[in-house]
Amino acid sequence: MPRILKRRETLLAIIIIVMIAGFATRAAGFAEPANLANIFNDTSILIILALAQMTVILTKSIDLSVAANLALTGMAVAMLNAAYPDIPLIALVITAILMGAVLGAINGYLVWALEIPPIVVTLGTLTIYRGMAFVLSGGAWVNAHQFTPVFLNVPRTPFLGLPVLAWIGIVIVLMMFLVLRYTQFGRSAYASGGNPVAAVYAGIDVGWTRFLAFVLSGALAGLSGYLWVSRYAVAYVDIANGFELDSVAACVIGGISIAGGVGSVAGAVLGALFLGVIKNALPVIGISPFTQMAISGTVIILAVVFNARRERNRGRIILRDQAAKDTASEGASA
Amino acid sequence: MTTVLQRSVADAPAANNQAILEMRGISQIFPGVKALDGVSISLYPGKVTALIGENGAGKSTLVKILTGIYRPNEGEILVDGKPTAFAHAQAAIDAGVTAIHQETVLFDELTVAENIFLGHAPRTSWRTIDWKRMNSRSKELLQSLESAIDPTIRLKDLSIAQRHLVAIARALSIEARIVIMDEPTAALSRKEIDDLFRIVEGLKTKGKAILFISHKFDELYEIADNFVVFRDGRAVGHGELKSTPQDEIVRMMVGRDVGNAFPKGAVALGDTVLEVEKYCHRTEFRDISFKLRRGEILGIYGLIGAGRSELCQSLFGITRPLSGRLTLDGREIQVRSPQDAIGAGIVYVPEERGRHGLALPMPIYQNMSLPSLGRTSRKGFLKAANEFALARKYAERLDLRAAALSVPVGTLSGGNQQKVVIGKWLATQPKIIILDEPTKGIDIGSKAAVHGFISELAAEGLSIIMISSELPEIIGMADRVLVMKEGLSAGLFNREELTPETLVRAATGNA
Repeated sequence: MPRILKRRETLLAIIIIVMIAGFATRAAGFAEPANLANIFNDTSILIILALAQMTVILTKSIDLSVAANLALTGMAVAMLNAAYPDIPLIALVITAILMGAVLGAINGYLVWALEIPPIVVTLGTLTIYRGMAFVLSGGAWVNAHQFTPVFLNVPRTPFLGLPVLAWIGIVIVLMMFLVLRYTQFGRSAYASGGNPVAAVYAGIDVGWTRFLAFVLSGALAGLSGYLWVSRYAVAYVDIANGFELDSVAACVIGGISIAGGVGSVAGAVLGALFLGVIKNALPVIGISPFTQMAISGTVIILAVVFNARRERNRGRIILRDQAAKDTASEGASA
Repeated sequence: MTTVLQRSVADAPAANNQAILEMRGISQIFPGVKALDGVSISLYPGKVTALIGENGAGKSTLVKILTGIYRPNEGEILVDGKPTAFAHAQAAIDAGVTAIHQETVLFDELTVAENIFLGHAPRTSWRTIDWKRMNSRSKELLQSLESAIDPTIRLKDLSIAQRHLVAIARALSIEARIVIMDEPTAALSRKEIDDLFRIVEGLKTKGKAILFISHKFDELYEIADNFVVFRDGRAVGHGELKSTPQDEIVRMMVGRDVGNAFPKGAVALGDTVLEVEKYCHRTEFRDISFKLRRGEILGIYGLIGAGRSELCQSLFGITRPLSGRLTLDGREIQVRSPQDAIGAGIVYVPEERGRHGLALPMPIYQNMSLPSLGRTSRKGFLKAANEFALARKYAERLDLRAAALSVPVGTLSGGNQQKVVIGKWLATQPKIIILDEPTKGIDIGSKAAVHGFISELAAEGLSIIMISSELPEIIGMADRVLVMKEGLSAGLFNREELTPETLVRAATGNA
């Protein structure tokens, strides 16, 4: 499996590099290290959310409430910080993570204990969490001047050439890699999505595994809540509206199967970076935001078509080697 | 035209009338594989022709050609002596061919009548569907099959046997003259099979030609008139079934003599390992008691729906019993979940290995280690090296053929996938292994290998509970047999008491 996956991910990495090189010919300085670091920093939150989403998707579920969770926890910590500037930042970050985890646990519990389909549960909680953000704030904004300087500055502080925000993204990537590859929970997540019935027979508690996936997803969404509010120095009800779809898109582009059980951390990260590069590049070369959306959508569909073809080839070794050869030559010629 | 007619009559060994359908020199070539190689076969009105062959002999390919899904590369198909193109599924239906598949392809959410008349529903003068006529016609068709199924209920509320009836009613509704039955008895109990055979006899008297595919010889001898044997894509023999002994057909199938298909060796039975006392479930079974000794194979026989799988699933912790005691090695244990069962040394190899057994996208070694992760991990962290070592050990023992242990299980052949499932459970080092229909749907050669392996396990001191619906298998393999009927124990028989008559009588309750 690693070799096949590596091929798919290498291909995506090559496409991203080619895209960057292409944009660099249109906008001087696009491929400068400083700009690339900036794009990575900009994409960190999407990377974290894509990993959260991926964990849930691996177990054959979906979490549409990640962005609403982000908005609610972001609003909560923003209001805490504005009202009680003395609370240390670390306490606020822990609050955000715990609160996110609780919101995730609500999703997980509904999916696990009441056996409601995840898409229905999280579609409901998406609306509820947004609504709660409105109730909490009364529709008011928390603006830049209401935050403490520490709240706003820590993620921007440069450290070894990268802002702390980017470092947080890197740490989460490493953590998720360890969790999914080297823990029983990670293996259970793959098995629960790959074949839920077989997982039950193998002694895996599929419901509990899904519950944990939702809690983890919620905790990461909570962390992203703080990071988002700090980065944009503003909190209001509609922050990150529609961002849950970006997180799903990043997973799909990264080769994570919506049917569960298939996908890698590297894929999710590359999928998020792919979207990040497009978002950053298109305004630079003068393409309107609406065209941007159309382009993102097209890419998502192409990614699904590509993955679906891969799935079809599965099980026939001779043909797949052929497909791999084709892929390799495509990559070389691109 | 007349010469063609005369020739097919002359060719027909067992028929005194003209073939409805004749296939001549059919070849089907897939990239790299010749699935069918110059096959000829004739079907006669009022006759059942058995199509016999091991898995992969080309039976399914033939069915797909006859139903218009594949187009053969060579050869011709004659219907009533006229060459006919089976270019697509509708052409096959127009030619009067219909197939009833292993897992009947019908629509769960539609009503019985809709399933029967899908695609050719009676219309009103407004061209809308005439529900009244559709329902009454369905009722008539089902009545002609001696069935009182209500045509307005949804298909999902029917048993598998009843679904077969619906499929047959559908065949009658399109006035099919050639009915293909692809392992129709695989999921049926003995009584349901008898009912089915009565209907097949009825179809024969109506002059239908029937192509009957099955792995079970006793059934074929009961129902079929003629036979055709396939091996490696060729028709290697045909003739009248009744006058051909089974050994000869088996020889044609495998191209060699097969030894004893049920080689349960003599094993000295040890102490009692598991004792089940008065096991009850709220809805599925009641008052089941038995003892299982070391090295023993306990067969569980009964009709489909007798509660055999349900009993074993509850021993494995998938469902909870209402009451009853479970004693393992003299200590009472509680099994609340599969984790508890695996921890206690009880494992369950489910009937539907594809659906219940493997995570196809995951690598072989990860599938094998899945129930054993507690042992292969260190401090909660997975150790791939230990998992590989475990997988390698059982892959060697089971002679698993794979490019590498890191390839997804989905890339393996069916037989090798089955080895992964068995290896995965052996790797948990169980005391008791429950096998649910271990040889369902596999060919004779592989069956012997599975039986040999089960005997080997018993000889090593493992205790085995084997659910089986095949009488020869259960009589050949089991030391004792528990017969279940409608959720209750209908008797526990020792090896010397085992005869087909005793078991069937106990399972059906007929005196």
